[in-house]
Amino acid sequence: MKLLQTAIHEIETSAELEKIINENENVMVCCGRMGPMCIPVYDSMEELEEERPNIKFYSMAFDTPEAAPIRNAPMCSSFMGLPFTVYYKNGKMVKATTSIQSREQIEGILDEHFETVPSEK
Amino acid sequence: MDEIYDVMIIGAGAAGLTAGIYTSRAKLSTIILNEGAIGGQMVLTNEVANYPGVETTKGFSLANTMKKQAKDFGCKIKSNIKIAEYHLTGDVKSVTLNDGKEFKAKSVILAQGGRPRSLNIPGEDAFKGTGISYCATCDGEFFTDKELIVVGGGNSALEEAVTLTKFATKVTVVHQFDHFQAFQHAIEEAKSNPKINFIMESELRTFSGNGKLESVSIEHLPSKSLSEKKVDGVFIFIGYLPNTESLQGVVKLNERNEIVVDADMKTDITGVFAAGDCINKKYRQVTTAVSDGTIAALSAAEYLRTKK
Repeated sequence: MKLLQTAIHEIETSAELEKIINENENVMVCCGRMGPMCIPVYDSMEELEEERPNIKFYSMAFDTPEAAPIRNAPMCSSFMGLPFTVYYKNGKMVKATTSIQSREQIEGILDEHFETVPSEK
Repeated sequence: MDEIYDVMIIGAGAAGLTAGIYTSRAKLSTIILNEGAIGGQMVLTNEVANYPGVETTKGFSLANTMKKQAKDFGCKIKSNIKIAEYHLTGDVKSVTLNDGKEFKAKSVILAQGGRPRSLNIPGEDAFKGTGISYCATCDGEFFTDKELIVVGGGNSALEEAVTLTKFATKVTVVHQFDHFQAFQHAIEEAKSNPKINFIMESELRTFSGNGKLESVSIEHLPSKSLSEKKVDGVFIFIGYLPNTESLQGVVKLNERNEIVVDADMKTDITGVFAAGDCINKKYRQVTTAVSDGTIAALSAAEYLRTKK
């Protein structure tokens, strides 16, 4: 059952998460709630989804047990702020951030870890 | 040729979206340019319980409804942009974005809103999300059975301190003055909570820790003495700043950098209006932002009508 009201695709199960990160080279997942620190990240992802076709953008509800692979990831072990935003390259988590991030901060991470492909504007 | 809109609104919080609803419904071609998250401070509010005519709802839900209303009336919304330059004095006003794109309109409503004030002390950025938070509803549960500090003395600080006692073993409110600015009921509720104690006339000076926040230094202002306090988390609620840095020298601001407007939301520039948390006013609520946005939209419509 979908719990987040965003335009980006919501991952509902850990199996789906596993499949997505294994089948796609570059994946960004924002694991949160419909809260004030999370919504700006979803908004940025909605726009970046149009501009960065080489990256798959997903949301995942923080409170579902299915999100355990993100909540319990070693990279997130010190996190104490929503959302947990994680970045996978070829199935491996390469970066994770906690709490609100600006579009500029997100773009910086995407540029650093994922090869940039110019969008068709 | 570039389109010249009737109304260009800067900001998509409650004031900007309301103005967009009114002007687009009045068949004025309208574009909203938004630098932050759509909904502005509204989405920072978990529950809105005092918006007349609407039963308790989520802040983001109210924002989404306003956005849909504006779009349904034909209002264009462009978000996550950065404005590089304002040219507001001529008959046709324009803004230039960082990417060089230019938008033109016959009238402008400035509704940039505000943002939570930060302490701007060493360690604040480093421990954001690993001990420092600005949202008790979002992050409170991460501090279950932990010891917390809440910074601030207004309604938000004291109400959130009470909320955080559901999770934390102890909450210490640190406030710079010897009295609180909050309403009496909020003060009494906080003072009567056995988990809350208070350090008055004091300010945080630094955040320290290894990978996560572990301690803070606190200065007692009258004596200027510094003390170290071990703590698991700090929640900061010290008010808001208007998002008007880019308007310095563009439009008249007051000493708090709020846009100066009259009762019709007119600024000192003909055809330029302002509304919401970025203007000079005392009370900042969703309802007052909606009111400002309505007045600004009606004033802009009148300006365009009389200009013809």
